[in-house]
Amino acid sequence: MALALQQLINGLTLGAVYGLIAIGYTMVYGIIGMINFAHGDIYMVSAFIAVTVFTILATFGVSSVPLALLLVLIVAVLFTSVYGWAVERIAYRPLRGATRLAPLISAIGMSIFLQNMVQLTQGARVKPIPPVLVGGIDLLTVDGFTVRLAYTQILIVLVTVALMSGFTYLITKTSFGRQQRSCEQDRTMTALLGINVDRTISLTFMLGAALAAVAGVMVTVYYGVVDFYIGFVAGIKAFTAAVLGGIGSLPGAMLGGLLIGLIEAFWAAYLSAEYKDVATFSILILVLMFRPSGLLGRPEVEKV
Amino acid sequence: MMLQLSGVHAHYGSIHALHGVDVAVQVGEVVTLIGANGAGKSTLMMSIFGQPRASAGRIVFDGEDITALPTHEIARRGISLVPEGRRIFPRMTVIENLQMGAVLGEEMNFAVDLKRMYALFPILEERCTQSAGTLSGGEQQMLAIARALMSRPQLLLLDEPSLGLAPLYIKKIFQIVRELNREHGMTILLVEQNAHHALRVAHRAYVLQHGEIILSGTGSELLASPEVRAAYLEAGQKTETAA
Repeated sequence: MALALQQLINGLTLGAVYGLIAIGYTMVYGIIGMINFAHGDIYMVSAFIAVTVFTILATFGVSSVPLALLLVLIVAVLFTSVYGWAVERIAYRPLRGATRLAPLISAIGMSIFLQNMVQLTQGARVKPIPPVLVGGIDLLTVDGFTVRLAYTQILIVLVTVALMSGFTYLITKTSFGRQQRSCEQDRTMTALLGINVDRTISLTFMLGAALAAVAGVMVTVYYGVVDFYIGFVAGIKAFTAAVLGGIGSLPGAMLGGLLIGLIEAFWAAYLSAEYKDVATFSILILVLMFRPSGLLGRPEVEKV
Repeated sequence: MMLQLSGVHAHYGSIHALHGVDVAVQVGEVVTLIGANGAGKSTLMMSIFGQPRASAGRIVFDGEDITALPTHEIARRGISLVPEGRRIFPRMTVIENLQMGAVLGEEMNFAVDLKRMYALFPILEERCTQSAGTLSGGEQQMLAIARALMSRPQLLLLDEPSLGLAPLYIKKIFQIVRELNREHGMTILLVEQNAHHALRVAHRAYVLQHGEIILSGTGSELLASPEVRAAYLEAGQKTETAA
């Protein structure tokens, strides 16, 4: 019981991170119909930016945790958005109008490029940061097992909830959100109404990257270590989350993220910690086989 | 001159759809383009927006060469299109569709324009929070026209607005075209298969065949022309009764 509660907390934390990354996959899929396989690496880049900024702040003697976190978040979001923008501009936009396979291959190329770039410039070894936010609340103790809610977990969940609410508002209620959705439905018609579709696509990439950046900072604070390969695993898991929720659906990405996080946490606790990644990938295969449109997605075929 | 196409060629995929078309629209006019299915009417309308881009020739709007401008920049010059097949955004509400149309307009005009559209098409007010995909074909056409008008365009392009609609809606559409032009001075370029209705509302008209303009004149001239009668009107009348 206590273990289940602990895993529920851990799973929700993990799920929040997957959800933030999954939004980037699902939004890009919605607007240009491609899977941005470099998205996981964008998230990895943001984690490295976080490590760098934390290190710089430490040398300047910034000791206030909220201030440091805020600065790291701002810098990571800014730089990572630029990465998101650049990836689209360099690797995908020139291929607009090409076959669906071309940008996909380009995306895999971008992913390899980003991994190698970070490996070369930052080294292949695991990079640690000193603990930023330590401690937590002990909720209860049963038979010597203490259920603990870490401050970082509270932070991750709160930031994610705030971001998701703001993001939902942006997409459903603002002019940019409407343009984003209209591009998803009919790009030519959107351009005919005087909207710069390329700009909307760029902003979508930047927004997805910004959310991934927040996830990257959170994970850096949570685990305290990063390496150049974290983008691959987290990326595939978030991609699975997006597919499980229904690729193209924003609420689906959030829901899928939470479910994947919970499944992974419980699988690790009760079945096998070594094989926890198997759980995620089995889900990916099962969803693709039996419900390719996901939990909240629309079926591809549409009545005209 | 508001809009002038000179010697415009365009390709649709591998098809050479327009072969040097000259079309002019003057301020305050209703100009109609008639022609059979596949004559290149819709390609001509879309090529004004660079979709597809004219492969040769010039398109001038309000004294400015717009041939090479990006699609959204052309729209920003004050041209609005009601495309073939309406292309409303089905998974957005009626009001969101209208907001999309108003992206180029001034924010302070929105409420006024919305009221104007509701007066013109009362059904849209009834359905304003409904998702646009659930509207009937005729209602969607009203929405497409209203959306195009929300940006207060100088030139309105209507591509087959009566296609597939019930006779009651067809009547309503042409009534709106007349009203927009006569009462609000809107300049309109209208593409229609329904030649009879279209020629009656038009000041001038062009006949497009296999991507070329084969005939032009005033609406009443073309209505009286034996070639037009034989090719478009009698056949058109028949299909209309058949429908």
